[in-house]
Amino acid sequence: MSARGGGDEVPIAADADVVRVRQLVRARAQAAGLGLVDLTKVVTAASELARNTLVHGGGGTARVEAVAGTTAGGRPRSGVRAVFVDAGPGIPDVRAALQDGWSSGTGLGLGLSGARRLVDEFDLTSGVGSGTRVVVVKWGR
Amino acid sequence: MDRVPVLRLGGLLLVSIQVDLEDSTALALQEDLSQAVVATGARGVLIDISGLEIVDSFVGRMLSTIAAVSRVLDAETVVVGMRPAVAITLVELGLDLAGVRTALDVERGMRVLGSTTAPRADGLPLAR
Repeated sequence: MSARGGGDEVPIAADADVVRVRQLVRARAQAAGLGLVDLTKVVTAASELARNTLVHGGGGTARVEAVAGTTAGGRPRSGVRAVFVDAGPGIPDVRAALQDGWSSGTGLGLGLSGARRLVDEFDLTSGVGSGTRVVVVKWGR
Repeated sequence: MDRVPVLRLGGLLLVSIQVDLEDSTALALQEDLSQAVVATGARGVLIDISGLEIVDSFVGRMLSTIAAVSRVLDAETVVVGMRPAVAITLVELGLDLAGVRTALDVERGMRVLGSTTAPRADGLPLAR
């Protein structure tokens, strides 16, 4: 998998930035040729993750870029990757945080686990005091 | 911040969300609607989300809360116009919109509200 072209990096510091991240992911997903359902899924996942960055991470950044790769059958495919980074308090138990119903208390507990179900690749690294980084990829079919 | 307009149509309140909702806009709509239900004595609330390209957990929770608050205030809520891709995504996300009635479009939604919402029995006019 390789990144193609310069992605966009935007700060997440306010409500309006969550909307901006959604619009960026939508534009990149459309350019990558994702169908409407896949596009809706990845934009929804990005919305959850951007809100997490804002609310739980105390703000951070999102980087959105096109990616190219190949399917298991060797066919070329394109997709969109979004990387969310914050320098917040971090998640003490990542495994627990990825369970449905786990919540810091302000939401429905579906943010992380729900977002993971909506994308093809999901990687979360976090440490107490060292912030959180979430990388998601959604491929076109 | 944008504000979503709340329209009055007979004994119903009509909301059509046509903007990409910021969280604060969603919260403001929740408050505006509950105030409008009390101010107008409306028996039904119809929310058209055909303009929404996504419904994430925050907006889903807003819809559930609006329905619950309206019910406590003696009004029924129907959400109409959900796009198929949004419905698929909602279910996969794990949201079930508990307590929210839905209909495919505005016309069907009006019919649902028309059949469940009789005028208030106290005979008072709807507007103050």
